[in-house]
Amino acid sequence: MTYLLEARGLTRKFGGVVALDNLDLAVVPNEIIGLIGPNGSGKTTFFNVVTGIYGAHGGSVTFDGADITRASSPAIYHAGISRTFQRSRLSLPLSIFDNIMIGNHKRLNQGLWFNLIRRGEFKREFEANYGAARTLVEVFEPQLAERMFEPVGGLPMIDRRRIEICRALINQPKLLLLDEPSAGMTHDETKELMDDILQVRDLNRNLTIIIVEHEMGVIERITERCVVLNFGRKIAEGPYRQVAVDRQVQEAYLGVE
Amino acid sequence: MSEVMQKLRAPLLPGVVALALSTAYLIALLAAEKQPLIIGLLAFAVVAVLAAHYLGWLNLVSRSFADREDVLGVYAILAACVVAAFFHDNHFVLLLFVTVLLYTVATLGLNIQFGYAGVLNFAGASFFGIGAYTSAVLSTYTAVPHLLVLLIGGMLAALIGSLLLLPVLRTRGHYAALVTIAFALLLKTFLEVNDVLGGPQGMQVKGMSILGWSFNDNFEIGKIEMSFYLNYFVVSLLLLTGTFVLVRRLERSWIGLNLDALRLDEIAASCFGLDIARWKITAFLLGNFLIGIAGALFGMVGGFVAPNNYTFADSLIMVSILLLGGIGNPWGLVVATFIVVVVPEKLQTIQEYRILLFALIVIMMLLFRPEGLLPRPVRRYFPGWRA
Repeated sequence: MTYLLEARGLTRKFGGVVALDNLDLAVVPNEIIGLIGPNGSGKTTFFNVVTGIYGAHGGSVTFDGADITRASSPAIYHAGISRTFQRSRLSLPLSIFDNIMIGNHKRLNQGLWFNLIRRGEFKREFEANYGAARTLVEVFEPQLAERMFEPVGGLPMIDRRRIEICRALINQPKLLLLDEPSAGMTHDETKELMDDILQVRDLNRNLTIIIVEHEMGVIERITERCVVLNFGRKIAEGPYRQVAVDRQVQEAYLGVE
Repeated sequence: MSEVMQKLRAPLLPGVVALALSTAYLIALLAAEKQPLIIGLLAFAVVAVLAAHYLGWLNLVSRSFADREDVLGVYAILAACVVAAFFHDNHFVLLLFVTVLLYTVATLGLNIQFGYAGVLNFAGASFFGIGAYTSAVLSTYTAVPHLLVLLIGGMLAALIGSLLLLPVLRTRGHYAALVTIAFALLLKTFLEVNDVLGGPQGMQVKGMSILGWSFNDNFEIGKIEMSFYLNYFVVSLLLLTGTFVLVRRLERSWIGLNLDALRLDEIAASCFGLDIARWKITAFLLGNFLIGIAGALFGMVGGFVAPNNYTFADSLIMVSILLLGGIGNPWGLVVATFIVVVVPEKLQTIQEYRILLFALIVIMMLLFRPEGLLPRPVRRYFPGWRA
């Protein structure tokens, strides 16, 4: 079987702390995989190493057949991986539209001449992208689509999460990394957001998702398979129902008697 | 009903009225000679602006400018011409006016660097000086056409500025600012000890001349004597208009978005494909290029360059214009440059306290209105555009 993303022996240390310890993790195209584990078990570090924010100290990452272990963050984005962040990293003074367009970087013409001189062509590209962004936002929340030129800083948390996910989806990535999308939201809001994510997934069956989440209800509902980390190591793998009753997993979360 | 209102463009009238009133006020202020009258006029302006703010009129004006910027921009150019025509034989006022125009060009350059890309440049006056020295050297020793001299001044400022790229890219925030301060001090020392460039005494700059038309001679239209500064006014206004349009288009493009994204969050921006170094370099070089062109023309206007004219203190004044006007808002920069350049010249009583006054203004602004006099609105890619 060919994997979309495959990490082999991935290791990352911070001083004496081993955040990722010889981790093997493979993702099949089109699946939704949950990455769970106690605080500090290396889930976010895994995302940061995959997206090139941190370098790896050992092992390799292949994506879509290419080695991306040492690739830069922009190169990894161009290869087709998009992500959201645990603590939302939107540009608050910018509008909803601007924030979503940041995610669309690779499909926007970046030429100086095009942007400054050929304003007629620029306007056509702008209008096409406005339409695309609006359609995407409408899937999540039709009311937000009426407010495309309002600053993101004035929106409640759930809307900011939606915008962040739209920013990651607008360029039609092959792989989406969601880092704790439910952080800072109420139970109902979390449920709403998960509905949205499943809806997006229905629209684009080619999308593969890795989701880091503490809310087990979310994991149970949307993932097909889970990988459990503890101290940077994989301690269990399989469908949620199976890993939830795993002794090692329960020990990792609840401690040993 | 409200939806219908939203689809309509904001009315033009508030913007036109505001422009007309400011033009009339500017003429009155520039024409006033007696100190009590000037103080009275300045106090009146403060009260009038505050009153307009509380009555909600300023809001109408800013909406008018947001939606009808193209038309109002043309009116603003006309207004500048009216002021210049009114003072057509007054050397002092026209020189002051030209200074305002060229300083605005320079701060627009700084605005690309700091306002958009977030690269603090405390060597603005140095790059301005590089442009001016280029004029001095080229007009003294060569016969390069003067319009080309302006272009070379800008390119040289960008080229010498590129020496700073490596340290600026490798440092962040305050540390990058320190690099530019060090550069400003080094450049001044370099100019002072360099005899070819006139040392501390500086150099003369020949006046501009294009196709045999010498800018430094007074001329007549009909029977009316015109100040030679009117020549420089025309060129400066053209330069400012061009720069303004360029900066506006830059902001309202994907490039402006790139610069905002990297200023606000470098990590998020690079996770979405942005090449941080590429866009920081673009902003830094483009900014210095504009500052250099303005400096080259300013050298010709003043007729003289010396190291003491381009000190760290002058760079601070440029940065304070940026803070006062509203970081990222070109219209705010125009207003702020008028305040910072014109007020100390007219208000002779405060001459030696001007730096103190600027310091106070900057502190007050940062405390009470950190977004500046005219805060930057959310990006609209095309004025008046509706989905």
